[in-house]
Amino acid sequence: MIKSNYDLVVIGGGSAGMAGAIEARKLGVKDILIIEKNDYLGGILNQCVHNGFGLTEFKEELTGPEFMTRLSDEVEKLKIDYVLNTTVTSLLPDKTIYASNQDGFYVIKAKAILLTTGCYERNAGAIMLPGERPSGVVTAGTAQLYLNIYGYLVGKRVFILGSGDIGLIMARRLTLEGAKVLGVAELCPYSNGLNRNIVQCLQDFNIPLYLSHTVSNVSGDDGILKSITISQVDEHNQIIPGTEKKYECDTLLLSVGLIPNSPLLRDAGAKLARTKGAIVNERYETSIPGVFTAGNVLHVHDLVDLVTKESRLVAHFIKEYLDNKQSDSSSSLDVIPGDGIGYVLPHKITKGNTHDVTFKFRVRKPIKDLNVIFLDKDHEIKRIFKPVLIPSEMTEINLTNDELKQFKNNITVKVEKKV
Amino acid sequence: MKELVCIVCPRGCQLKVDDKMNVTGNFCPRGKAYAISELTHPVRVVTSTVKLKNSQYVRVSVKTSQAIPKEKMFAVMEEINKVTLSSPVHIGDIALKNVLNLGVDVVVTKNINK
Repeated sequence: MIKSNYDLVVIGGGSAGMAGAIEARKLGVKDILIIEKNDYLGGILNQCVHNGFGLTEFKEELTGPEFMTRLSDEVEKLKIDYVLNTTVTSLLPDKTIYASNQDGFYVIKAKAILLTTGCYERNAGAIMLPGERPSGVVTAGTAQLYLNIYGYLVGKRVFILGSGDIGLIMARRLTLEGAKVLGVAELCPYSNGLNRNIVQCLQDFNIPLYLSHTVSNVSGDDGILKSITISQVDEHNQIIPGTEKKYECDTLLLSVGLIPNSPLLRDAGAKLARTKGAIVNERYETSIPGVFTAGNVLHVHDLVDLVTKESRLVAHFIKEYLDNKQSDSSSSLDVIPGDGIGYVLPHKITKGNTHDVTFKFRVRKPIKDLNVIFLDKDHEIKRIFKPVLIPSEMTEINLTNDELKQFKNNITVKVEKKV
Repeated sequence: MKELVCIVCPRGCQLKVDDKMNVTGNFCPRGKAYAISELTHPVRVVTSTVKLKNSQYVRVSVKTSQAIPKEKMFAVMEEINKVTLSSPVHIGDIALKNVLNLGVDVVVTKNINK
């Protein structure tokens, strides 16, 4: 049963959506609906059967399905309404939601919206993979879905492009299920996965990792993948001729990055960042008042524990919004990624902000012995020493409200090698 | 002196172990235990899926209830792949009791009721 009015509608019933709904209910938000397109809550964690989840959220090591069950049990316990098999087809700037399922079409008015629609995988087209397009070229997450949910092994001789965590996890999973994983090629001169996954997914099984390498050709026969060629790249990511290595294989797995799944926000007219996540202020509110966002649809997180932490925080801002307690947001300071910074969140700090703010950012490339510097235009306000930062690990730095009050023009964040 | 990356949690500490098994670089006590275990008798938790019947789903996820010797991973996978469970199944249900006499069970990690 879907009503026509809610205080809060959560779009997407994965870990971010459930954690946000749970926290909002605990804060006293009564009328909540979670809309989920699949026939189960939990999102991508359903297929993440490996362990390593929950160490900060639940203080124990859980598998993906166990982690999501902790959340869905709480959704049930708190009697939070949810609908499955239901797709949101559009979102309007006045917070009207159009949704559809097998029973019909719904027009839902929400006082506040939390958009938690996760992310999707970059595919062969997105990275302009050279060569042919035979069957057997699949993204790592698709292979994970086939194997862990449907019980099909995608191939017997597998090469993996990209050292992101899903690719590493799948290297181990496919090996344990009897496939031969020939190697992993990574364009960057460093791995983009967690260190622990390099050890327990590659080194444990003697799977070679080729850094500064990419796939330079894909070759099929009658529409079926037969071989791939990898080549070394120079510092400008250009292929170095003469470094080709050819592998006979039936599967090429792509683990080459994730993109926020934000078309609903884009079509509603919300401003998006270069990363495809929404531009948000310190309350994780998009450029549409009352529409909030968290989790991987905002920026791709390293760990689900960080997703749920972010979403719980945003629930507090949603509660303030619903209580008309939020501060003046008519003007704001821009937060600008400076030297060495890939992206930084939040994108704006409103003038009326009275909270401390945790800035989340990633560096562009690994850097050791550095200072993270916060500047008001050119004037330094704060500097923090870090022994090492790497792109695959999100960094969080807190600025107090007193520190934030010193900024007048903008907030520029940069990293600088310590001299 | 041996160097290794801790795999106990996603933090991935860089550990150093000297000849007398003194561990440094660990953020928490589990890192020390991991380093000693890794250099004497490495163990891993195995996660996988087993066949499921009487359900709209064909697979349910499982894990070893504790870490098992690293060299037994493939043997344990062989046992896991022989199992078929019937829905409903719940977290903690035993899919395989005392697998290969290792003193460890293979347990279900997902609730499937239909």
